[in-house]
Amino acid sequence: MYPSDLKYDKEHEWVRVNGDIATVGISHFAQDQLGEVVYVDLPAPGDSVTLGEPFGEVESVKSVSELYAPVNGEVVKVNESLTDSPEIINEDPYGEGWMIEIEMSEPSEVDVLLSAEEYEVFVTEEE
Amino acid sequence: MTEKPLRTPLYDEHLALGARMVSFAGFEMPLQYSGIVAEHNAVRSSAGVFDICHMSQFRVFGFGAREYLQGLLTNDLDEIGELGAAHYTLMCDEDGGIIDDLIVYHSGELEYLIIGNAANRLTDFEWMRSHCPEDVTLVQGTDREHRPESHIVELVDESDRTGLIALQGPKALDVLGELAGPGLELPRRFHLTEAVLETIPVLVSRTGYTGEDGVEIVCHYSHAELLWRTLLSFAEVTPCGLGARDTLRLEMGYRLHGVDMDRGVDPVSAGLGWVVSGKKERFIGCDAIERIRVQEPERRLAGLVTEEGIPRPGYSVLRDGVEVGKVASGTFSPTLGKGIATVYLPVEIAEPGTMLEVTIRRRSVAALVEPPPFVKSTSLQ
Repeated sequence: MYPSDLKYDKEHEWVRVNGDIATVGISHFAQDQLGEVVYVDLPAPGDSVTLGEPFGEVESVKSVSELYAPVNGEVVKVNESLTDSPEIINEDPYGEGWMIEIEMSEPSEVDVLLSAEEYEVFVTEEE
Repeated sequence: MTEKPLRTPLYDEHLALGARMVSFAGFEMPLQYSGIVAEHNAVRSSAGVFDICHMSQFRVFGFGAREYLQGLLTNDLDEIGELGAAHYTLMCDEDGGIIDDLIVYHSGELEYLIIGNAANRLTDFEWMRSHCPEDVTLVQGTDREHRPESHIVELVDESDRTGLIALQGPKALDVLGELAGPGLELPRRFHLTEAVLETIPVLVSRTGYTGEDGVEIVCHYSHAELLWRTLLSFAEVTPCGLGARDTLRLEMGYRLHGVDMDRGVDPVSAGLGWVVSGKKERFIGCDAIERIRVQEPERRLAGLVTEEGIPRPGYSVLRDGVEVGKVASGTFSPTLGKGIATVYLPVEIAEPGTMLEVTIRRRSVAALVEPPPFVKSTSLQ
């Protein structure tokens, strides 16, 4: 449920690191809590994001969740297919359900993110 | 509410099905099982069952029952003179404020069955009790008080001993037919009939809150579990929670008391003038409602559709940057893939086609005034 090659934050985003590019989505736990995602609001390429600050929103029928940037940087790519098919986030949160790619201004920031094991412990405590 | 939450007879069934439970009108109710959108779509395309045992049931009977209820309810019981007929109606206070919206059934000779909102059970009963003629005997639960000399009207709150399960969707009647066998003559729309499903004696009502064809089945509390399991044994039938119940009803523009209307709103403003009789002589609220009808209300409940984002209850509705109302009901329409909402708007703005905006947290999105039903094509229409 929590792939070990990813990093996580306490707002339930996951991060896949490739050089100074961070791909970001929401975890299995987050999509399950939210229920079927029916609407996503994401930034545009070129927008800058700030660590710990909201960069977008996901909505299910019953609730709204803010998306928080796990690192600082600039959005370089956005998953456009989520606009028409937000349910992909539920179906494949770590794959096709990715949300944005960030070019990190400070790649070492990922070191403080949680490992899969640490995140799983954190989630168990939240439940 | 700090009181211990109430449970319907299907509480254990919900847990066994893995439902996500929420508190609603003092009850612990299922919000969803597989997911609100999946359940919603099951009802629009096949069939769904809903636990609505939390709703209140009152029975009124006796030689004075009809006259008594004519004085309490806005719709004219002459319309349901035929045994088994039912209609939608309102109970209002002297100012025309809506105490509750109800379905009233002409369930027997000298007898009416009333189904109301769970949250209003005590208010409704107290209102009916305190607006009874002197000679009315109140009978509550099974603790029956025998004063035959005064039984012109008896009023019984049967909520605690009654189960209520809705079976809704284009395949609902097929399922019911299979269950009841050839002996059942299906009731017409807004009619009630007695039936035996498997071995369970029930009342089958051709009504619902989804916009699809289907029935609401009344049974004894102790039979609810067996009935629920029997209905779910059909592959076409999906268990559905309050989440889907809300999206389905709002797609049809059906009002929800406590959200779309309350004691502070009259039937004309709520767009329910059609259930206020113009023929009937006297009923509580008639003068106030007639006055509002003649003068025209200041605000009217209108529908809104948004292309992006979901308008939720309490969000501001603006015209040219100025607030003109707040969202009453608002959700995502799974059928349309759009946001839908109701809002009380000044009458001059409530015209279909008017372009407004809704403030959805940090953003302002376009919202078009459109009269409900938002979904025009279902198994009912």
